[in-house]
Amino acid sequence: MTAKTKQVNSTRFLQSRTVLFPGLLIGLALIVLCLAWSITLGAAEISIQTIWDSIFSFDNSSFQHLVIRTVRLPRVVAGAMVGASLAVAGAIMQGLTRNPLASPSILGINAGASFAVVLVVFILGSPPLSVYSIAAFIGAAVASVLVYGLGSMGRSGATPLKLTLAGAVFTAFIGSFTTALLITSQDTLDQIRFWTVGSLAGRDWALFVQTAPYMAVGLIGALLLARQITTISLGEDIATGLGQNTLVVKGLAAIVVVLLAGGAVSLAGPVGFVGLVAPHIVRFIVGQDYRWILPYCALLGGILVIIADIAARIVIRPEELPVGVMMALLGAPFFIYLARWKVNR
Amino acid sequence: MPTILEAENLSLTYDNNTIIVHELDLKIQEGSITALVGPNGCGKSTLLRGLSRLLSPKTGNVCLEAQDIHRMNAKNLAQKLGILPQSPIAPEGLTVHELVAQGRYPHQSWFQQWSAEDEEIVQEALTITNLTMFADRPVDSLSGGQRQRAWIAMALAQQTQILLLDEPTTYLDLAYQLDVLDLLEELNEQGRTIVMVLHDLNQAARYADTMVALRGGQIVAQGEPAIVMTPYNLKQVFGLNASIIRDPLTNTPMCVPMSRRRIKRALEADLRITEKVS
Amino acid sequence: MQPTKIKHNWWILRIGGFSYKIDKRVLPVLLALIVIGIVVLVTSVSYGEYDITPWQVLQTIFGLEENARFELVVWQFRLPRILVAFMIGAALSVSGTILQGITRNPLADPGILGVTSGASFAAVAAIVWYQIPTVYLPFVTFAGATIMAALIYLLAWKGGSSSIRLILVGIGLGAVTSAFTNLMIVFGDIRQVQQAYVWLAGSVYGRDWDHVRSIVPWLLVLLPMAILQARQLNTLNLGDDTSKGLGVNVELQRGILLLVSVALAAISVAVSGTVGFVGLVAPHITRRLVGPAHEGLIPAAALLGGVLVMFADLISRWVISPSELPVGIVTAMIGAPYFMYLLYLNRNK
Repeated sequence: MTAKTKQVNSTRFLQSRTVLFPGLLIGLALIVLCLAWSITLGAAEISIQTIWDSIFSFDNSSFQHLVIRTVRLPRVVAGAMVGASLAVAGAIMQGLTRNPLASPSILGINAGASFAVVLVVFILGSPPLSVYSIAAFIGAAVASVLVYGLGSMGRSGATPLKLTLAGAVFTAFIGSFTTALLITSQDTLDQIRFWTVGSLAGRDWALFVQTAPYMAVGLIGALLLARQITTISLGEDIATGLGQNTLVVKGLAAIVVVLLAGGAVSLAGPVGFVGLVAPHIVRFIVGQDYRWILPYCALLGGILVIIADIAARIVIRPEELPVGVMMALLGAPFFIYLARWKVNR
Repeated sequence: MPTILEAENLSLTYDNNTIIVHELDLKIQEGSITALVGPNGCGKSTLLRGLSRLLSPKTGNVCLEAQDIHRMNAKNLAQKLGILPQSPIAPEGLTVHELVAQGRYPHQSWFQQWSAEDEEIVQEALTITNLTMFADRPVDSLSGGQRQRAWIAMALAQQTQILLLDEPTTYLDLAYQLDVLDLLEELNEQGRTIVMVLHDLNQAARYADTMVALRGGQIVAQGEPAIVMTPYNLKQVFGLNASIIRDPLTNTPMCVPMSRRRIKRALEADLRITEKVS
Repeated sequence: MQPTKIKHNWWILRIGGFSYKIDKRVLPVLLALIVIGIVVLVTSVSYGEYDITPWQVLQTIFGLEENARFELVVWQFRLPRILVAFMIGAALSVSGTILQGITRNPLADPGILGVTSGASFAAVAAIVWYQIPTVYLPFVTFAGATIMAALIYLLAWKGGSSSIRLILVGIGLGAVTSAFTNLMIVFGDIRQVQQAYVWLAGSVYGRDWDHVRSIVPWLLVLLPMAILQARQLNTLNLGDDTSKGLGVNVELQRGILLLVSVALAAISVAVSGTVGFVGLVAPHITRRLVGPAHEGLIPAAALLGGVLVMFADLISRWVISPSELPVGIVTAMIGAPYFMYLLYLNRNK
């Protein structure tokens, strides 16, 4: 049974190529603005002026400057990094598998990371966040290998339906072990429940510095691979006909995805739907060339997570929602829209 | 011959935006073989679906024996009109007998699920299509031609007066194509009315009593093959330059397409010969 | 009554105007399943912290043994829960069989379709947020499942229902309800959250005769409804066009069958939470045993599903005894690898 999925509308919003580069600059400006806006919000409102001062003329006796530097700035920067990484990882997955419904969360990566983290907490009791992040990374890597292998068995390789099902099955399977552990130990459950839904709370510079290198390397690798991904997104046969070594490209791309998605999940836990939603919006704006899609994705992904985080912090002030929940609430309707309008038997 | 199936002012569309078939009138004579031909996208498959109630008309109506098919009870209609869609897929592991048995559905109810009559009719359908020895084999293990015959056997078991077939010979090897068409001709001789969409013009000319040529959702020419298959019509409908000759075996019209390059080369070859001679 | 052997594969029953056809394999399989079921039942009842030999179990059930202790353990604790396990296994299995039939997809299952996550969301909301007494859970979960199914059907409708869209929309909506469920998990009281987790994992712990009584009427109505639609299910498998050509009212049938499937899934979720994979795996195994004709497939799948869950329950009580795992986890641990094997078998489709 084959599912033919129509490509998303190919008329670009930005028609002329010359607009694309300035567009990137505008995107950069937007993300900085969002960062700033996000920092101003919180239990105590802080003005833009104070933010500027805290960065450029730091006064370490000012409480506000300290809050900005040690609490808000790292959190927001972490959010941007996570969003950028997930969006780019999702874009690469969609290009590689020629599947508009691919994304790190749907392919079971998050379930693998969660299981690894729960296992570690179950065994070690109360490890520091840094241990969380190593475990998450390993779990994500193993999961991605397994799901991709499972979903690409057979003549037709990885089709949208097979990958989605493989991801769903793997998630359920691993999830059952995770649940078994959580049921057995109320302490683990208590420790872990905030992490498993994806959150930026308490992400400080130390954690950021530990995880950011993976994502940074991943982002650079992604930009370097962009041209190859455009080629392979045209189809395996066509790419081979054009002289590309598809096996090598797929391998490198997979490593990049693991670095990006694994890094993101180790920093913020499983945040879903950014990897799914952002590439679609970007493709609508810039078209099918991954040399533009990937950088735009990075920016848009960052913006989306920052905004979701803002919403998550405002909506039930002074409490905050985990950003992963907010992202799912915003992203799932879009997924349904995709499934409804873009999948034509 | 009386009209058995009639479309009046029929317009068909899939998504309410693009109209595929435009206000079309068509009469199908009882006991005839009608072939719908035309280029890709002309609406011939759509028309067939409209004739069979798989597609509701946007305007106009389709009447079977003077009754609007969309007002008839589904099972009643299924007892009179059978359809074989394009490229049907049989579920894995389904045997030929089971597939053909499905054709009895419109004649059954929860109370009467498998009468002796049902059994007989299925056996007969298998015999006519020469599939009795394959009865217990899975459908997907058969060759293309045999599979198509199995689906036709199912339509036969349905015991309908009219059979609609959507491209029954596409994707089959040539020998099997002729097999299937011969079978349909035999069924027609037994009194069934056949309407089929065919891709191959020459086959249509050989087997059909009436050809209907469509372009852009409208009928451009209809009638006996000799009337429809003219160079002018072929140019109108298909944009094809062709000459018409008599099929040496069946005496029906046969089209021989011409391509510009071939004509040019042939003319050039001719010129060289005449130059040599002169 | 004359069972007439005509073709190689069926038994045909004809009395007067009534005629019925059933695959030859069905009867022996049904018998075998009944026997295995009884064996598993008795073994399961005899296993536990308080050991009772199978012979004593039988005697207690038939009233031949006058031991008050045995009666308590057998009748009050073990028998009802094992019967519940059997019934939800049967319900989920038939639900999955129907879903696989109407979506023409051998990989469909009530859980994957997201219907059960609607039911779970309703149940978790009831437990954690509103703290509704468990007596009302069946109604709450049924409402959750039906609303979810309606939403999935509506959203996947685009001039007709398509099997792929149903699955994908189900996954999407499932994600939305998971998000809400997660919200409650994060902010709820930890004890209730843990209770909810157990419920989410699917458990028959502590199920008593009240639960049995709440399921039986549903099964008595829904299972015959499913069996009566067997012919339509067979025909739907040939494709929408062919079915319509044969006189089946495709949209109506699919709607009714979806409703039956959802109701079966909902009732089992209501009683025992989300027990996964039974609805996926049991129909497959049954299909290999009795073939795809739904007249025999549905009853056999019901029996097989019931036996499977009874067996999983036995394992769940044995594996980390004296503690027990929720039965849903055992079905996932066995079911998911089997499903992966199925994906492997279906890889060239």
